[in-house]
Amino acid sequence: MAALSSNLLFSAFILYLIATLFFGGSIKAKKDLNDTKTTNNWGKIAVFLTIVGFISQLGYFITRWIAAGHAPVSNMFEFTTFFGMALVGAFIIIYFIYRTTLLGLFTMPVAILVIAYASMFPRDISPLIPALQSYWLHIHVTTAAIGEAILAISFAAGLIYLVKVIDQTKSNKKTFWLEFVMFGLVTVIGFVAVSSIFAGAGYQEKFNWIDKHGNQAEIEYLMPALTGPHEGELLTKDGFKPLVEMPAIINAKKLNTVIWSFAAGIILYALIRLILRKRIGAALKPLVKNIKLDFVDEISYRSVLIGFPVFTLGALIFAMIWAQEAWSRFWGWDPKEVWALITWLFYAAFMHLRLSKGWHGEKSAWLAVIGFAIIMFNLVAVNLIIAGLHSYAGS
Amino acid sequence: MKDVKCECGHVNPHGTVLCEACGKILDEEEKKKQLLDMRYEGSARRSQTYSKTIIDKIWNFFSSVKVGVWLIVITLIASILGTILPQKMYIDLPPEVYYEQEYGWFGKLYYQLGFHDLYGSWWYLLLIAMIGISLVICSLDRVVPLYKALKAQRVTRHEGFLKRQRIFGINTLVNQQDIDIVKERLKQKHYHVREENGDLLAEKGRFSRWGPYVNHVGLIIFLFGGMLRFVPGVYVNENLWVREGETALVPETGEQLYLQNNKFILQHYDKEKNKTFEKALERAGDVVKNYQSNVVLYKRSGEKIPGEKPKLEKVKDYKVRVNHPLTFEGYSIYQSSYRSEMNSMTFNLINKKTEQSFGELTINLQDPKEKYDLGNGYSVKILNYFPDFEFAKNGEPSTKSRVPNNPAFIFRMTAPDKPKGETSFVAIRQTIEPFGDNTYKMAFKGIGTKNVSGFTVRKDSSLWVIIIGGILFMIGVIQGAYWNHRRIWVQHKNGEVWIAAHTNKNWYGLKREIEKVLEDTNLGNPEDQLQSETTDKEGV
Repeated sequence: MAALSSNLLFSAFILYLIATLFFGGSIKAKKDLNDTKTTNNWGKIAVFLTIVGFISQLGYFITRWIAAGHAPVSNMFEFTTFFGMALVGAFIIIYFIYRTTLLGLFTMPVAILVIAYASMFPRDISPLIPALQSYWLHIHVTTAAIGEAILAISFAAGLIYLVKVIDQTKSNKKTFWLEFVMFGLVTVIGFVAVSSIFAGAGYQEKFNWIDKHGNQAEIEYLMPALTGPHEGELLTKDGFKPLVEMPAIINAKKLNTVIWSFAAGIILYALIRLILRKRIGAALKPLVKNIKLDFVDEISYRSVLIGFPVFTLGALIFAMIWAQEAWSRFWGWDPKEVWALITWLFYAAFMHLRLSKGWHGEKSAWLAVIGFAIIMFNLVAVNLIIAGLHSYAGS
Repeated sequence: MKDVKCECGHVNPHGTVLCEACGKILDEEEKKKQLLDMRYEGSARRSQTYSKTIIDKIWNFFSSVKVGVWLIVITLIASILGTILPQKMYIDLPPEVYYEQEYGWFGKLYYQLGFHDLYGSWWYLLLIAMIGISLVICSLDRVVPLYKALKAQRVTRHEGFLKRQRIFGINTLVNQQDIDIVKERLKQKHYHVREENGDLLAEKGRFSRWGPYVNHVGLIIFLFGGMLRFVPGVYVNENLWVREGETALVPETGEQLYLQNNKFILQHYDKEKNKTFEKALERAGDVVKNYQSNVVLYKRSGEKIPGEKPKLEKVKDYKVRVNHPLTFEGYSIYQSSYRSEMNSMTFNLINKKTEQSFGELTINLQDPKEKYDLGNGYSVKILNYFPDFEFAKNGEPSTKSRVPNNPAFIFRMTAPDKPKGETSFVAIRQTIEPFGDNTYKMAFKGIGTKNVSGFTVRKDSSLWVIIIGGILFMIGVIQGAYWNHRRIWVQHKNGEVWIAAHTNKNWYGLKREIEKVLEDTNLGNPEDQLQSETTDKEGV
């Protein structure tokens, strides 16, 4: 069952990749993107592949659930994969409201990145600790992820808006920040690339080191250690000697992964720029030339409107009910809780700005991008850096 | 201030921008605009009308959405600060020690700035309180005039009003048949259609306009519920440790409830039995499967008589596990932690030279006996007992607490050949003989341990207020987000038929709906005056 499950996930991943290519084709082949009655054949195939991929991933989810005996949303790999699936699901729904394949061209790569990122974490089926043994695990985590996924659609739409509206003929703050977003996405590819390469090569090296309480411990690196642990002593023969040694207070292993990811991201980005000979934002511009600005603006806002109540329900209300049952208090200022509150406050501010200050269009698109950054921070950084009750076992 | 009478005959309150009934522009400034600002229907809001007294000024300050957004953003940033380092409730050392020890100068600064208890700080609570005030005033400032304006609106609208709607179109050559078709189709699409002098007003989803106010009310109730916690008696949060086999009074229950802990159970996942988890368990090591305390809850019966043991009546047996608290009369008892405690110590009385044993004794660390008789003339007396032993500053032995974490004894060992007895100080791994020439020795043999279950006792009478607030908030948010307030006007002006439409959001959906309604009639689709302006321009 577990093997079948991984195969289904892998086929879903491949289907999403192919679907993205077809979405690209549908844009090239289509003249008027705002004509919502007709989708050309490329577009139809793309949407079909997306749906098949989604069903395949749903199959992964169900089979893994059966194998594990609990919904596969209990660790970093499972949650992030589910988030990717929810993103695709949210796109399918929004697609059938607005019928624009361009949104697919921007959403699917994000979903693919999310799933690829998820696969870099340990994929073993893990047992549930007592606090997680509750049906609220299924309800709270899935609803929160679906809410975040719908909100993320507004990011994709916002990105389309920015690519279209930002003048690429001169370089300024706007072009810089748009490239920054693109670079961020490329860095995720960088992380996936270096992780896969070193994992494929079976690289590992071990250190003895002294933690901040003065205790000796052993640590295993899966990438060559650029930043070595505090008073680290290399145990593996022919292992890579660290370039710098970190103080005990810093997690040298995680920092090492971050440095490798950024290095790979920078190289990849430089390569892309060399090939394109212009900014990524500028290169994407022809793709969006036929879409109307206020149309994407509306998709973006609509996603926030649909996603916000779902997010509130899943990430705050269900979370509180469960916390009351498991931890005896519905709110405890745990970092993950606070970041859910921060996300919620941010989108609340977003909607008020739109409503009263008339922050439509470009400003609204930037806000959608920031909102997604906050969601990603909550997913990635809060789990891996800020320790708390929610931190999953991740490395 | 005087009310304003419109030419249509409707009397509007002072400060009205658009006549509530016909929509005629009453404010000269508004006339210059190509499109109307339709938020709050151009009604007379107190904050936009009065600004003389202090009360006006406070009202205007809090009624501003700009101020509200600033409050949200400041709260947001403050909240981020509190997640940089663990808050004080998640650390197990005194904060003045912890932060500096773990995070150096940064930790010290963090502590000194009071960020270790950020969410309980006066200024954070003040921010939340201000958001609460802003919610109340913002809502009142808008909902009342909006309600009046929507209630007073008439079917026939002023030309200037229709012309300045975002969606607007003019048709000549229209026959009544087409208008009837349109009317029918609008009804099919669940519009509430009103007719006056042949003019139409089709409206649906007005209730979604109340969504924001409903969710604000929900939030206010939620915050109020949170405040109730500070009222004495509403909120109980206590820790309770009960040893296996013992019965303890549950705190804050008016000495009514007693909890007996029969057994504490700790289970781990077994690699052999759970093949599915084999790999994960190899990587992670031991993973706890269950924390459980088998308890019996008792209630006292009859009056409390000082000095007498209370009479207890059994209420129920329960297995308290994580996620499965025991609840009774508003109290919830949660399995929150456990510890293993030394319960007994066993010694052998031996001759130091021959190592011959003269008997064994087990001391109950909770309740040691004064004298243990080993027979044949051998006995041991406990002269002093330190459950949690340490040397005090003056060098004297003393005890830190009543909990037997580090027990130590002063024994007097009596034997037939030592009728006066020998004195010995015995602590863990340590024996001190005051005179250094003892014949006998208390040889340590073993310890007995007992599990102690840690419970959290919780009562929160404000919970139902918070639940109502939460439900109301969700209803309001869904009401406001998933429905739209749409209005379509089809009106005769100067022998032409004018079509105008407004929605509070989702214009694209409205336009599609109008397209469908006007299909195959000789009424043309109205234009989106905003889009035609901004299409493919840089920015909006």
